[in-house]
Amino acid sequence: MESHEEKPIIYTMENKPIVTCAGDQNLFTGLYGLLSQQLPREPMEWRRSYGRAPKMIHLEANFVQFKEELLPKEGNKALLTFPFLHIYWTDCCDTETYKASVKEDMQRWQGALRLHGSTDWLVVVVESDGKKKNKTNILPRTSILDKIRNDFCNKQSDRCVALLDPLKDSSRSQESWNSFLTKLRTLLLMSFTKNLGRFEDDMRTLREKRTEPGWSFCDYFMVQEELAFVFEMLQQYEDALVQYDELDALFTQYVLNFGAGDGANWLGSFCQPVRAWSGLLLRRPIDMEKREVIQRGEASLLDLRSYLFSRQCTLLIFLQRPWEVTQRALDLLHTCVQELRLLEVSVLQGALDCWVFLSCLEVLHRIEGCCDRSQLEANFSHTVGLWTYATEKLKSLGYMCGLVSENGPSSEELNRTVDLLAGLGTEKPETVNSLQSPYKKLKEALSSVEAFEKHYLELSHAALEMYRAIGRLRSGRLVGKSLAEFYMRKGDPQMAQTFLQDALKSYTAEGWSLPITHTRKQIAECQKQLQKTEDYLQTSALLASDANLSDEERKHFCQEILTFASQASEGKALLLHRPELDKDMTAFAQLRELQFHPSAATVHIGAALQLELRLCSLMPVPVHLEQLVCTVHYSEIRPAPAGSQRRPALSPDGTVTFPATSPSRGAAPGPAAPALELQEIQDRSPSDNALNSTGVVCKNVHLLMRINDNPASLDPPSAAASAITVEDGAEMLKANDVTLLPGNNSIVFSAPAGSYTLRQLCATVGQVQFVLPHIYPIVQYDVYSQDPQLTVEPLTESLLAGLPQRVKFTILTGNYTVKKGDALQLSNSDSMPILHSSACSACILTNQVGEASVSIQSSEKVTSISLPQTPPYHTLEFQLEVLCHIPSAPARAESERLTNGEVRHRPKNRTRYNSGMASIDQKVSVDCPWSIYSTLISLTFYTPFKAQHSLLSAGKRKYIQVCLRNVSDTNFRLANQTLADHQCTPSLQLLSLNAKTHQLVYSKQCVYSLWEVKWATEPPSCLQCVFTASFSPADAPDTALKPYRYEFQIERVTTLYSVKAEIQPAVGEQHCHAGALCRLEVSITRVMDPSEAEREDEEYTESEGLRTTKLMYEVVDNSSNWAVCGKSSGLVSMPVAAMATHKVQMEVMPLFAGKLPFPSIKVSKYLAHSAPPTTQPEADSCLENDNLSLLDKGLEDQGDTASLRSRGSVHSLGSGEQQQRGPPMPRLESFSPGQVFNCSMARQVLVLPSTDDHVLEVNVT
Amino acid sequence: MALVGSWLYNICLAVVCVVPTQNELKFHYTVHTSLDVVEEKVSAVGKALPDQRELYLGLLYPTEDYKVYGYVTNSKVKFVIVVDSSNTSLRDNEIRSMFRKLHSSFTDVMCNPFYNPGDTIQSKSFDSIVSAMMVQSS
Repeated sequence: MESHEEKPIIYTMENKPIVTCAGDQNLFTGLYGLLSQQLPREPMEWRRSYGRAPKMIHLEANFVQFKEELLPKEGNKALLTFPFLHIYWTDCCDTETYKASVKEDMQRWQGALRLHGSTDWLVVVVESDGKKKNKTNILPRTSILDKIRNDFCNKQSDRCVALLDPLKDSSRSQESWNSFLTKLRTLLLMSFTKNLGRFEDDMRTLREKRTEPGWSFCDYFMVQEELAFVFEMLQQYEDALVQYDELDALFTQYVLNFGAGDGANWLGSFCQPVRAWSGLLLRRPIDMEKREVIQRGEASLLDLRSYLFSRQCTLLIFLQRPWEVTQRALDLLHTCVQELRLLEVSVLQGALDCWVFLSCLEVLHRIEGCCDRSQLEANFSHTVGLWTYATEKLKSLGYMCGLVSENGPSSEELNRTVDLLAGLGTEKPETVNSLQSPYKKLKEALSSVEAFEKHYLELSHAALEMYRAIGRLRSGRLVGKSLAEFYMRKGDPQMAQTFLQDALKSYTAEGWSLPITHTRKQIAECQKQLQKTEDYLQTSALLASDANLSDEERKHFCQEILTFASQASEGKALLLHRPELDKDMTAFAQLRELQFHPSAATVHIGAALQLELRLCSLMPVPVHLEQLVCTVHYSEIRPAPAGSQRRPALSPDGTVTFPATSPSRGAAPGPAAPALELQEIQDRSPSDNALNSTGVVCKNVHLLMRINDNPASLDPPSAAASAITVEDGAEMLKANDVTLLPGNNSIVFSAPAGSYTLRQLCATVGQVQFVLPHIYPIVQYDVYSQDPQLTVEPLTESLLAGLPQRVKFTILTGNYTVKKGDALQLSNSDSMPILHSSACSACILTNQVGEASVSIQSSEKVTSISLPQTPPYHTLEFQLEVLCHIPSAPARAESERLTNGEVRHRPKNRTRYNSGMASIDQKVSVDCPWSIYSTLISLTFYTPFKAQHSLLSAGKRKYIQVCLRNVSDTNFRLANQTLADHQCTPSLQLLSLNAKTHQLVYSKQCVYSLWEVKWATEPPSCLQCVFTASFSPADAPDTALKPYRYEFQIERVTTLYSVKAEIQPAVGEQHCHAGALCRLEVSITRVMDPSEAEREDEEYTESEGLRTTKLMYEVVDNSSNWAVCGKSSGLVSMPVAAMATHKVQMEVMPLFAGKLPFPSIKVSKYLAHSAPPTTQPEADSCLENDNLSLLDKGLEDQGDTASLRSRGSVHSLGSGEQQQRGPPMPRLESFSPGQVFNCSMARQVLVLPSTDDHVLEVNVT
Repeated sequence: MALVGSWLYNICLAVVCVVPTQNELKFHYTVHTSLDVVEEKVSAVGKALPDQRELYLGLLYPTEDYKVYGYVTNSKVKFVIVVDSSNTSLRDNEIRSMFRKLHSSFTDVMCNPFYNPGDTIQSKSFDSIVSAMMVQSS
């Protein structure tokens, strides 16, 4: 923007309402200064006719000497020169003078006024004290005033006022001034109202005559303008503007009517050809030149409009409304152009452009002249229209005058320029000195190509800047486009391209297809000139597919691509792949649909998976593709069996439909936009819960609106086209030599093995590749290869050892074809032979079931199973019988026994179903024909039985009981239970006490067998026995009996001691009573002499020549029936000789009445620590319970303590080291179960209830 | 006459015109540019209370050839009517009623459950209503 050099011209109206002054001129001259100063000081309310709002106005007046010529002649409508008030001034104070001259003078004055019908007059009598003093004998001062009133103002006494001592500064004088001024103002206003009202009436009358033939708009214009002038004179700019607006509207209406065929004669003068187009002139308050032209009725339309606007402009600026000027200016310029067109006025081509251009700049200059920079910047939105308009006009002038072409103007164009310049006339004197006047600018711009460019660019950039500043980006883009066209004409495509691309972005973002096509065409031209082959190809492709273009144009662009493609391929036989020639395919063809055959998109490797692409070619002509490639990406993850879940886009018939995208729409904003989050709201009144209002609220409006409000949203997301890359090295589906016809095409690919995701589609035409960079939604297909699998599983729930069991072999062949002669090689193991069965058939499963035979050959180490021929992806099933021998060696767990005779389960043992089934893992290695590695198969067998033995004693007689528990789920037949001595001792005899030889063992049940052990001489210290039995499943009686074997060993068979307890009631009682003390006598008897083995084994103490052994007894009551008083345990020394007896007595108290079992008495070996053989007293005390302890206290841990002790003893026995290391402590060693015989094992004693009933304690546990 | 949809974006929804084809392009550009003014006006009006908001924006701006009028629905869908400058029969009131008609017809289109907001409007009834309106007015 240029700086404004000229000083702002002050446009004020010099005119003031005229007031004439008659009478004493000297007197008035003396008062004039004060009067003209005082008059406008206070505003007066002006009440107006026709219901117009009253206004406060400051009155001013132009006081002139009264002359008769001033009075308007009849018919003279001039208002500006109209005297609104006539004042007669006199300071006459004596009657003589009054009568002599003043009265006469006044009469003459009145006569002149009356002659002209003027009733607006005022007589001012100025009285001063100074004059009075001179003439002492005078009438009272009122008399002159009264006289005048009498003489002249017969009914209007107010038309005569007195002014007292006007030049003195007294309150009296002030008062009279005030009343005089008020009077003057009132009268002036009255005159205005009257005269203007009359004028307006006349004017209206005139206007009503407008339909009459001789009516002239120009004349009427002058009349109404007169009114406007008066309002302006009174500083009623608003009213003045109204007058001009009325004129404007009237004229416009006439022109419109003319256009509608209703012509008025006077309009003819406005229809004369336009000869001057010098533009608006806004620097004068009144362009008198134009006014005179109008007055003469010779004005052209442009003249009238220009004048009218210049007046409106002036008034608007007075009203401080500069922005309305710009608004109206734009309207005016448009209207003028329209009206000239409508009136069919002949205008030199370009003349109006000149006029508009000049006018725009003139208005802008005018506005710049009265506003400062910041104001201007804030109001770009008002001025930018003018800037753009000027730019447009300059551009069209430039085109017209050949200033835009590269070669410069032709002679014809030069002539035109000269003609146009001639119409500008000479520069107005106001702007001659201004360097930047619109006139000079236009002249300069039209003078040369360079100057035009300079001015045009200057204007364009100014407009662009302003649009940018006020955020009118779209308008800016349009200016940019216009600039681009200019640059193209100038042969500068580089510059043009930037603007065009910007514009295109904005159109694309908002989906304006026609502008897109147009702009794209321009870009194509640009790119062609710039030799940007790649971009040009892309644009061509887009244009060739553009439905907005005609077929010819589309074919042209398509041909451009094909030509380029063929050129290149002919030119160079071997072309390196040029990635820059990869074009986005969306413009070229669109992937509409994709169908898989079969529809699941999952096939195994042998079958054919076909992929049918439906491409819609957007080209107008058939295009031959050398290659169509679909790039696929190998997915590592094996597809889940439920493949459909992973392919959401796949419809049941194997079709994927792709959303159609229009190439011209480009990136639809849809996916980029966040989804609307809507929520229903209901507003209920708190009192009665009635629904007040309900609605939907967008919760993320801030996100959405931000996108909208951001001006940058006009820039669409950076086009994906910029980042087209062809994925290299990936596997691809190819189709060669495909011709794409316009419209839908279908191309079939067959898919290679693997699980693939479709990634890209690439069409090759010559050296041009069209790439669809992403196939979305994601499409996957699986062509899978599967390795053969062998599984071996038991046919039943569990495998039982000892019986032949069936095992199922399943082979999933996968992609492997089982050929003739293929065999499975199974390594043999001794414990699990594979049983041959004559009829072993295999089952081949696909959809149908096939039968084939399996032959089994077995050598010493290997069993070979030859498989039948099986095609891939079949299942081969066959069964084999195997037998797992029950291990004959006794499981160590079973030999470990607790004192109570129960077998403790080793936690290591794998148990099933809590039944304690021992398991045997059998491993078989299988060599498969498809693999060089062996497959190791593990089969778990479970032993069906569990055997337990126990040694029972009856005095010296010994019995062996074997308990055979069936832990399996099967019922068995059991036969031939035998017990044999392993060592075959001749003196030993095992006498079977079993009645039956055949027995049924049901599942989870036991069978007991009993043998009496008899020996002839010395009883064996250790018995090694073998229990054997035969069994077979109960439900299959035919099958051969299978052996079961159980080996065990029993030591210390012989009975050493017998223990007998006796309970006797207290003395004098016949029976025991609950709560009363009884006597318990325990007698321990050595049953037999020590054997050889025992002699070595036991520890004896030699004392007084008698060999004794120390025993410890304990009275233990498990069921808290008894309380032991005193020692419940103690030590006894037993002589090692047969029938040696030791008796111990103690007191016990039965706690309940009834038949109470005897407390059990335990006897164990007491081993004093070996170092000092003598007994230690503290050892005794340590071991003996010396207090009266309730035995039930030890109830809960009795079992435990017992086992602990025994274990501890076993432990210490096993580890002699620990014994030596640890402190020397006596220890207990329990006897083996057969060594101590308890005679009173199950004896009971009758206990009577206590006589003392109330002491009876009832224990409920 | 153009309909510029904007739920959030100024996506061109429909442009219907009864102008000679050589001017159609210019017409498109004009409508597109007018959106600038519409947005300006909307943001100015937007400060007023919602129920006092006038949907009709009036004359957006004149060009040498066209008069461009604007209208914005509450959901910020913009309607633009472009009238040839020489056409003097259409006053503000006529334009206003045209916009109302257009709005109600547009509402009908939006009520179509098969219409996907943001798509170019392809509705016969809408087209016929709009065309009839324009033929009548021109």
